[in-house]
Amino acid sequence: MINVSLNNEPAELSDKTLLSEALKQWEYGDQKLAVAINGEFVPRSRYGDITLQEGDHLDIVKPVGGG
Amino acid sequence: MSRDSLTLYGETFDSRFLLGTALYTSPTIMRDALQASRCDIVTLGLRRQNPGDRSGDAFWQYIRASGCKLLPNTAGCKSVKEAVTLAEMSREMFDTPWIKLEVVGDDYNLQPDPFGLVEAADELTKKGFKVLPYCTDDLIVGQRLLDVGCEVLMPWGSPIGTGQGLLNRYNLRTLRERLPNVPMIIDAGLGAPSQAAEAMEMGFDGILLNTAVAKAHEPPLMAEAFADAIDAGRKAYHAGLMERRQTASPSTPTIGQPFWHQS
Repeated sequence: MINVSLNNEPAELSDKTLLSEALKQWEYGDQKLAVAINGEFVPRSRYGDITLQEGDHLDIVKPVGGG
Repeated sequence: MSRDSLTLYGETFDSRFLLGTALYTSPTIMRDALQASRCDIVTLGLRRQNPGDRSGDAFWQYIRASGCKLLPNTAGCKSVKEAVTLAEMSREMFDTPWIKLEVVGDDYNLQPDPFGLVEAADELTKKGFKVLPYCTDDLIVGQRLLDVGCEVLMPWGSPIGTGQGLLNRYNLRTLRERLPNVPMIIDAGLGAPSQAAEAMEMGFDGILLNTAVAKAHEPPLMAEAFADAIDAGRKAYHAGLMERRQTASPSTPTIGQPFWHQS
């Protein structure tokens, strides 16, 4: 198992979990979202290529009202 | 008057009112305010959200249904790195290269950090973004933002959410006079439609605000009031304001004044 941070909350994943698999596991489904890992933007096209690592910090954002 | 469109980055808009989508008491109130405002462009943001939280779904549906152009922001970012990353996330999320660039320099008044702003604008422009920077009213900062490729400036009227109107008219007039061909939108700090009309009378090209509408007792009615004020101010700018005078000057003819006798 590895420990990561999901939106600043601790989360556990199996070793060698792909980002696309983690998003399914966390039940984001088809929600409109964007992802950054360790402060770096991750394009949607790479979700299936990226293997999450111990200590990764994931930011998963959605649209909200803004001024 | 012939059609008086707002042109930003080569796109034209009938409305000169850009409206924020935060702080409304419900998504339906926001939807009604957007309709009443007659706006063509709305601002919105990105925030962390956990999987089970679907609270933003209605918001997003109303935004899409509005048909407005989306102008995502980088609100809350305090560094160039944060702002650039959030802009990249926004570009993918909303499928637009347009970004309202905010780099906060001070927590107390949410004043833009001019140095970080220019650096972030430079980086984002090179990455193909159309940057609309939320900036102070400083002429040199405006010039530096243009130097790095911004085609629009969005100087503040006063700090975000204060409703204090145009705090530094000298700086704003200087900006307008020295950069006459640059589209400039007064962004933030306006609390009353009269303040928006004043900015438009000064020759600014548009108004972006959020709190003054969202926090009104009747947001749709206030949105309409701002829209009317912005239209009125624009017409007054085109019509040309009279020069101010120190002394009174009668408007009714003095020739033929009754009851007047030469003493």
